[in-house]
Amino acid sequence: MELCQSTPLRGQHVELGAKMVPFAGWEMPVQYSQGILVEHRHTREKVSLFDTCHMGQFAVMGGHAGADLGRLVSSGVEQNEVGVCKYGLLLDDHGGIIDDTIVARLAQDRFLVVVNAGTREADAEWIGEHLSASTRFEDRSAAMGKLDLQGPRSMQAMQPVCAYDLRGLRYFRCVQTEVCGFEALVSRTGYTGELGYEIYVAADCVTKVWAALLALPEVEPAGLGARDTLRLEVGYRLYGQDMDRQRTPLEADLMGSVELGKDFIGRESLQRQMEAGAKEKLVGFVLAGRRAGRHGFAILADGEEVGKVTSGSFAPSLGVAVGMGYVRADRPWREGDALAIAVGSQTLPAKVTCPPFYGEGTARMKTTDL
Amino acid sequence: MVPTDCKYTKEHEWVRIEGDVAVVGITDYAQKALGDITYIELPVDGRQVKQSEEFVVIESVKAAADIYAPVSGRVAEANQALVESPEIVNEDPHQGGWICKLVDFDRAELENLLSPEQYEALLKELG
Repeated sequence: MELCQSTPLRGQHVELGAKMVPFAGWEMPVQYSQGILVEHRHTREKVSLFDTCHMGQFAVMGGHAGADLGRLVSSGVEQNEVGVCKYGLLLDDHGGIIDDTIVARLAQDRFLVVVNAGTREADAEWIGEHLSASTRFEDRSAAMGKLDLQGPRSMQAMQPVCAYDLRGLRYFRCVQTEVCGFEALVSRTGYTGELGYEIYVAADCVTKVWAALLALPEVEPAGLGARDTLRLEVGYRLYGQDMDRQRTPLEADLMGSVELGKDFIGRESLQRQMEAGAKEKLVGFVLAGRRAGRHGFAILADGEEVGKVTSGSFAPSLGVAVGMGYVRADRPWREGDALAIAVGSQTLPAKVTCPPFYGEGTARMKTTDL
Repeated sequence: MVPTDCKYTKEHEWVRIEGDVAVVGITDYAQKALGDITYIELPVDGRQVKQSEEFVVIESVKAAADIYAPVSGRVAEANQALVESPEIVNEDPHQGGWICKLVDFDRAELENLLSPEQYEALLKELG
């Protein structure tokens, strides 16, 4: 039997007509009464509120915290100025991906490390083992809640209840402020490809902030179903599905989040793999029709199996199905190369496509002039 | 109450006899369980199907399912509107969201199907 935890918002979800499903050990809303397609479209056009309280939040503090995280995370998080967030990977000694994370520098000697729900405990252990004696580590996941407000109208929606002038908050920046009268850390980050914010508040006030944000004009709730199609359309990997410990950043096509000029755990193995070449590599693909090539389906090229799908779904913003998966790297894959996805006895034609599949996302939108 | 002019399968298909034609679709319960439908592979005209044979593929954002033929027969027409707008099955599963029409179907097999009352009882069991 698998015991499921619930976030402080479970009652609110049920009241809103959510369909609750188990996800990474948590009971989470996969969709509300309007359904995934409506929630997806609303996020792309207006603004949606997501419960992301299940995600892990670690505080790492002390004079050596930056240097320690610099060893633990593949990207140059230790060089960040205060108020900057960075995406990076926790790697093991073999270069295998333990998790992906966003690290925010809250003060010179204080960092917030945000991790996936399913990997939180293993991450905490791994990070704890690799900190200097003077660095303090706290798993703040139970004490903190997190809400994602995402969509092109998110800034306009939240401004009336946010003490900070959000026009000045750039992509991958964060600020300590007040939201709906409660102390909150607001970062301009997200998992949808749209302009949006991740809002970190104390767990005991998250239900009040949820209610207040949901009461704002244009804001509707959205569940994990829409979160998954939104992230897939912009090519974001999902940990545990598109990458895991058996995959390296080179295979997962995440070398953009690896700072090879510094010392970090897994670097030597990764460099050896770069010299030898990876056996498999993640590629994106767009199908010709609406039918999805799903997790575990075979990817074919010239009638021969060359790999397996890791994520695949109908892409509501595109009207066709998209996906990604690992294919043999013994030949160069180019944009537009023909693939086929095997579905039972049939094959669905597809083309290699470099993500994002949906390129109209507003995540990086300039807000200073609005 | 489920529509009373149909017979049902345990797998949540409905069949409605309109003269010499058997119209086939999925029930409201089935469309709700699937969620937003994104793709339907329709059977080709003229195809002979046997009762309980998988003959239509239906996909939603989160799931894929097979639809079974409620009776044996020959496919006379499939609902081509569903190719571009499969969401019609969610919106109107019993009327606009019909999937295909069978002719030369086996009337005797209708006896193997659930009556509206029996199907209603099944839904109650499922909660």
